[in-house]
Amino acid sequence: MIVADRKPIEEIIEEVKNYEKILILGCNECVTVCEAGGKKEVGVLASALRMYFLNQGREVKIDEETLERQCDHEYLEEIRDVMDQYDAVVSLACGVGVQFMAEKYHDCPIYPGVDTCFLGATEKRGLWTERCQACGQCILARTGGICPVSRCAKRILNGPCGGSAKGKCEINKEIDCAWELIINRLKALDKLDDYEKIDPIKDWSTDRAGGPRKVVREDVQE
Amino acid sequence: MRLQYPSDIKIILVPCTGKLDVVHILHAFEKGADGVYAVGCMEGDCHYNSGNLRARKRVEQAQKILDTIGIGGERAQMYNLSSSEGPRFAQYAVEMEERIRKLGPNPIKLAKKKAA
Amino acid sequence: MKAKTPSKLEKILAAGHLAVTSECGPPRGSDMEVITEKANLIKDYVDAINITDNQTSVTRMSSLAACIQLKLMGLEPVLQMVTRDRNRIALQSDILGAASFDIHNVLCLSGDHQSFGDCPTGQNVHDIDSMQLIQTVRLMRDQGKFLGGGDIKRPPQMFVGAAANPFADPFEIRVPRLAKKIAAGVEFIQTQCIYNMEKFELWLKIAGDRGLLEKVHILAGVTPFKSAGMAKYMKNRVPGIEVPDELVKRMSDTPKEKQPEEGVKICIEQIQHLKEVEGVRGFHVMAIEWEEMVPGIVKKSGLYPRPSVE
Repeated sequence: MIVADRKPIEEIIEEVKNYEKILILGCNECVTVCEAGGKKEVGVLASALRMYFLNQGREVKIDEETLERQCDHEYLEEIRDVMDQYDAVVSLACGVGVQFMAEKYHDCPIYPGVDTCFLGATEKRGLWTERCQACGQCILARTGGICPVSRCAKRILNGPCGGSAKGKCEINKEIDCAWELIINRLKALDKLDDYEKIDPIKDWSTDRAGGPRKVVREDVQE
Repeated sequence: MRLQYPSDIKIILVPCTGKLDVVHILHAFEKGADGVYAVGCMEGDCHYNSGNLRARKRVEQAQKILDTIGIGGERAQMYNLSSSEGPRFAQYAVEMEERIRKLGPNPIKLAKKKAA
Repeated sequence: MKAKTPSKLEKILAAGHLAVTSECGPPRGSDMEVITEKANLIKDYVDAINITDNQTSVTRMSSLAACIQLKLMGLEPVLQMVTRDRNRIALQSDILGAASFDIHNVLCLSGDHQSFGDCPTGQNVHDIDSMQLIQTVRLMRDQGKFLGGGDIKRPPQMFVGAAANPFADPFEIRVPRLAKKIAAGVEFIQTQCIYNMEKFELWLKIAGDRGLLEKVHILAGVTPFKSAGMAKYMKNRVPGIEVPDELVKRMSDTPKEKQPEEGVKICIEQIQHLKEVEGVRGFHVMAIEWEEMVPGIVKKSGLYPRPSVE
């Protein structure tokens, strides 16, 4: 899923302090799972903002809504009828949702309420870690199912670098060395010989480097 | 025991303090409460293992938010006691009441009055 | 191994001499005097001088500029290149720039992570890794081709090196990793500072058993301790360096004013020991900000005078 983290309330206040009618818009998908932008977080932010403005002597209309998803037209359409009631929206969806909202409601300012962090997993409640950088050409088949692009601080395709110590990364002892994980996994799969195959220079054109990306599937288009 | 404790405290029962969420605390302040405190079981003695520990974290989170928006985090507190400690319950109530009296009324209440 | 390039370092190794290299870090400024002074201190005692490339991710004068200066002084530079700061366009471009000054040695590295340096909030590039940089230089040199497939007019003539750390984890892939670098085309290796002789010799032995030592020149990395504090620091703080307790003790048991002398003594003993170890083809003496000790170490280790080659 897409993992996001809550933005400091001060930062959100700074962005929306001049509006009178604000919609706090959550998303029921990834950001709900990572407890950054679901219904609960919408409630907390909305309540905090209402109190903040009241305390400043201003009664600002702050409403709460949470959509099934903010990355799909049909769900964004659900609020079309009420959008004219607001002069700004704080979207607690990932950066995708914020932008999709902005595209759909062109004349309404949309502010991000979370920091979108990475593609990751819930290791346990309150701990989310990165697994994928969406490079567009998956190499997991060659690396024992562990991704050096997202999990090595230098995204080294032929690792580990000399800084790996006791299975940990040189930049932080809390971070596993991706290459140590790869080697251990190759061993478990009885494929350690594969370690000596040199991974070729990667084509990064399907990564961020190639510009905005598209997946086109004519077979499923209408 | 018929212990006395301040009469302006409204008790809301929950099955476990683990049920308490940040938004409940904030809503209480939004509705005009001058202070909110949670009284959970002793740490390590939660019937549901960690409900009271979660509650403490949520109170701390609410404190941070209350500080940020100028209400004051010290208006929210977490206490722990065991079910046999009636006197301590009363003592915490007195302590909390004194704390809030010192802080004065919730500024939101005043702001609302002014607005009305 | 016959020399394939005009590199003096390669020729010395090909002739079967024990090679000696050292290194200089460029200054945090534009005063080239710093480099010329350091180089003049050591030039008669080493065959080639590495110039580090923004080591520990601290911004410094460019390695290429300092290498050019060495070249203009008639010395033999080893251009260190890290893949952290430049993409494949910039790396190839700098290789050509170096080649235009007839810089004949390159050391391919990934580089320390930028979080250690003076720009921890910067991006890192890592378009290619050190293994792939080795391949890139070899492609440019041997086939006269760019990565993009185009032909290079006057291809670079570079002796291609890389680092190896026999002490990093996990140990079991240390030799396979060397094999991988050799397969990528590396011709010489400068190792991480060696203090744990047993582990280093075990690494060499396993490499030798696989026939790798005939395929690559290994220069053993040595670094003299300036003080007991440095020995402890290297032991505890520097990832991928192993300092045996007895060395730390030996430094600690030495009175403070005698510690630099003791550190140099240890270094000389290490070189003398390693000279006899099969597979060691030379030494990379890294006297960190202590270049003035290099001549003494080289002399007392019996590595002076340096051979001359055609």
